Amino acid sequence: MPVIKDAVCSLCGSLCDDITVTVEDNKITKIENACILGHSKFVGMFEHDRIENPMIRKDGELVPVPYEEAIEAAAKILVNSRRTLSYGWCSTSCEAIAKAIQLAEETGSLIDSTANVCHGPSALAAQEKGSPGASLGVIKNRADLIVFWGCNPVHAHPRHMSRYSSFSKGFFSTKGRKGRKMVVIDVRKTDTAKLADKYVEIEQGSDLLLITALRSAVNGHEDVIPETVAGISKEEILELAENLKNAQFSCIFFGMGVTQSRSKYKNGDGVSSLISDLNQHTKSVMIGMRGHYNVTGFGQVATWETGFPMAIDFARGFPYYNPGETGANDVLVREEADAAIISAADPGAHFPQKAVRHLAKIPVIQIDPYANPTTEIADVVIPAAVVGIEAEGTAYRMDAIPLRMKKLIDTEFKTDEQIAKDLIAKVRELKEGA
Amino acid sequence: MRMSEILIKNANVCDPAQGINCETMDLCIRDGKIVESVSESAKVIDAAGRLTMAGGFDGHTHSAGKINVGRFMNPNDARRTLVPGLSGPEAMTEKTRAQVGYNTPNTYAIGYRYAKLGYTTICEAAIPMLAARHTHEEFKEIPILDKMGLSLFGSNWQVMEYIRDKEPEKLAAYVAWGLKASRGYGVKIVNAGGGEAWGWGKNVSGLYDPVPNFDVTPAEILMGLAEANEKLQLPHSVHVHCNNLGKPGNYETTIETMKMFEKVKPVVDRQALHVTHVQFNAYAGTSWRDFETGAPMVADYLNGANHLTFDLGQVIFGPAVTMTADGPVEYANSRMLHEKWSNQDIELEDASGVVPLSYSPKSFINAVQWAIGIELALLVEDPWKIMFTTDSPNGGSFVNYPEAFTYLMSAKKREQVISGFGKMALDRMVLPGLDRELSFYELAIMTRSMQSKMYSRPEKGNLKVGSDADVAIYDIITSDIDPSVEHEKVKQAFSGAAYTLKDGKVVVKDGKIEATPMGRTYWVNAKVPADIDSAMNKDTDIKFKKYYTVSKSNYMVEDSYLPNPVEISTEGEF
Repeated sequence: MPVIKDAVCSLCGSLCDDITVTVEDNKITKIENACILGHSKFVGMFEHDRIENPMIRKDGELVPVPYEEAIEAAAKILVNSRRTLSYGWCSTSCEAIAKAIQLAEETGSLIDSTANVCHGPSALAAQEKGSPGASLGVIKNRADLIVFWGCNPVHAHPRHMSRYSSFSKGFFSTKGRKGRKMVVIDVRKTDTAKLADKYVEIEQGSDLLLITALRSAVNGHEDVIPETVAGISKEEILELAENLKNAQFSCIFFGMGVTQSRSKYKNGDGVSSLISDLNQHTKSVMIGMRGHYNVTGFGQVATWETGFPMAIDFARGFPYYNPGETGANDVLVREEADAAIISAADPGAHFPQKAVRHLAKIPVIQIDPYANPTTEIADVVIPAAVVGIEAEGTAYRMDAIPLRMKKLIDTEFKTDEQIAKDLIAKVRELKEGA
Repeated sequence: MRMSEILIKNANVCDPAQGINCETMDLCIRDGKIVESVSESAKVIDAAGRLTMAGGFDGHTHSAGKINVGRFMNPNDARRTLVPGLSGPEAMTEKTRAQVGYNTPNTYAIGYRYAKLGYTTICEAAIPMLAARHTHEEFKEIPILDKMGLSLFGSNWQVMEYIRDKEPEKLAAYVAWGLKASRGYGVKIVNAGGGEAWGWGKNVSGLYDPVPNFDVTPAEILMGLAEANEKLQLPHSVHVHCNNLGKPGNYETTIETMKMFEKVKPVVDRQALHVTHVQFNAYAGTSWRDFETGAPMVADYLNGANHLTFDLGQVIFGPAVTMTADGPVEYANSRMLHEKWSNQDIELEDASGVVPLSYSPKSFINAVQWAIGIELALLVEDPWKIMFTTDSPNGGSFVNYPEAFTYLMSAKKREQVISGFGKMALDRMVLPGLDRELSFYELAIMTRSMQSKMYSRPEKGNLKVGSDADVAIYDIITSDIDPSVEHEKVKQAFSGAAYTLKDGKVVVKDGKIEATPMGRTYWVNAKVPADIDSAMNKDTDIKFKKYYTVSKSNYMVEDSYLPNPVEISTEGEF
């Protein structure tokens, strides 16, 4: 009975790498150390409905076909398209992402990641002001003040606080939670906020106001701060600024509440500026709470392969980047894309209606282990092995630390990487034949 | 397998390792190696009397790992086309992947462009061990070139504790383990102890400032690691980014550091110390107001010393991206220049930062910085001590190497640049008084030959029988050209090799990419006695259990990340 230790959980951006998995008869029978989300991913392998066969839509119905036929049908869609959108690729390995980018390059497609509806604005903020961060262990060992802003790790990253942040004990933080202050800034009192020393209930969409007020206070300009900002009293703001200045080491963890609320990337820009200001007084860093386990990896791979982290358009043959013009939703809402290949993501469930309506009109290729709302509008469906369980590969944690995900059990399913490779080969073959 | 043979006829060979100074001869290649002779069926390349050197070897460049942070925060760089043919966007072709960038090109462009310059080997000068997989992932996507990387040890907790506790054997065992874990080639020390101090937003001020909470000084870290380096008989010496980088007056710390290494006895036939990007560490004055060159003092010391090598960190005017494990320096840069700032501290190990900037000849500080690199190259008499670099992309992108070669080879070219400087700049440099002009022979030493010895890679950087058939042929007839006057021709020829051969395969022809084979990755496996190794491992077990956020078993870079590895084994002397 093989027991695999230190397996890497491929669920969220925390990428916990201490999971013990017991495998019997090629089935996972026991999972230790994983959180409820990770646990459900490992056991979900057998409980959820897998896409069992490659499928092609014929007369409105998805019918099973062999892999070869699905690959050929998908390649034909790609070759016949003048404007393909390639989207997702964040719950898969870096090796698959690299091949997806090559496929996009060879088909003159536009490729974008799930950051389009998540931390994309954080990348724009880094382009504006930089990204002063640290690996998570730095927080564990040093931080005496932790701020969770617009994120709810209790539910989204359940082991984050015990492994890396609030409750973790480290070299200089031997008392763990007792030795550090925890602040939550959010629009509602989340379960994370309930654990905090200080909960700052901010008015919806007013993050930038609060950031600016905090910067004013940190930089000694408290006279310009009005009596109330973002629903928070000046007194409270000054107190928070003092806490930040007086901490030995602080970290602001920020989530989609910051990146996707009003002011978008300017919020991240503001947080980065605040961190820079704070370093005049103490040590402070920021870390984005990334959702998909390898959305950070997509940004890394895309950046070294193409120079850009997302929204990359190969229509000109070389990478061109202009989020707002070349993002996944941009080309869908403008009804510009005439085909789409979607892997390891579910725009059918997460994109705005107008974008989904257009997706429904164009040929869609889906590569995924599981059926989801996108399957309903897909014309070719190619099932994939689950990375981190049925296939190995690289993933980058939310702090850009790369880890090797293990293969735990055998499968008949092809990996995303292999599917992308097969598509590249078939596209080349069709192009040469044309 | 069929033998592949090439005969390069009429090559005007410049190979300082053999003392060959622009002599016309034939070069024979079989199965990727230089050989005595080849059969008549060998493929013939007619060099037509053109300048022929071993493939270039950039021994200090930032081409994988944190360069990605530079790309990430500067998408504008992707569209820069400052050096035609060697920068900016290019669509994919049948032979090449798409390219972008200038200071921070994508991985493919890095491989193609170095090859176009006639370079065939690079050393990434900073691997944070916890993130080493990332370096190797980028290495995998850099075509053509052979690669190696230096692992960061200068602010590592385990290192500092072993030095503090006077456990040199365990320290050596840890260094060996770290190199294996990160698949590194050598020991890099950046601002010794400064990375740990930066963990609290502080810095160390010099060699004898105690590192907060660890009760060691930068001097002790440097000497401790140098001793471990020799104990392990590593092929490269310690590779040191001195303390106080970028600060006026720092030349004193630099000379002090160099002097300290006089007592280190190398056990391998190479230098005891390599000091990197000395331009950034050869500053005189007490502040930016009275800032001036410290190159004469540093060069004076170097001329009398024989235990060390150094590289330039030459500045190129225009945009650059600074990236270094020297975290506090980058924060200071960003505040001083009002520039964006990225930072990435690595738990238990080191720090780092990335800040873009632009060097302008109108700024007297930048003008003096530009001059200092050249001054060092001209004032230090023995070129075998000098490696030419821009510390790419810190002083400027490697694609500007041909431009920079002309600074070294032509006083007239220098005068052209200097004529644009203000009086204040001219008063702070000694360059206008230097008339030395380097020869092709001296340039070959600085760009390939000295690297062979410095990294103990006898098969690299030379054209001896048995060496790797990495060859660059440049469109220069040395007898017909006066580089001191015809500097534009020199620049053009070095910007696109007539031929670059990698392992005997033509990868560049007439400045265009012909083939993109996968290069090797060199790493060092230093053997350590089992009992010492086991004692050291007990200590690291505790570190991983209590302080790291990654399991020890997930720390080691797996074989699959090195598709074409070359393991260099050494036997430690314990």
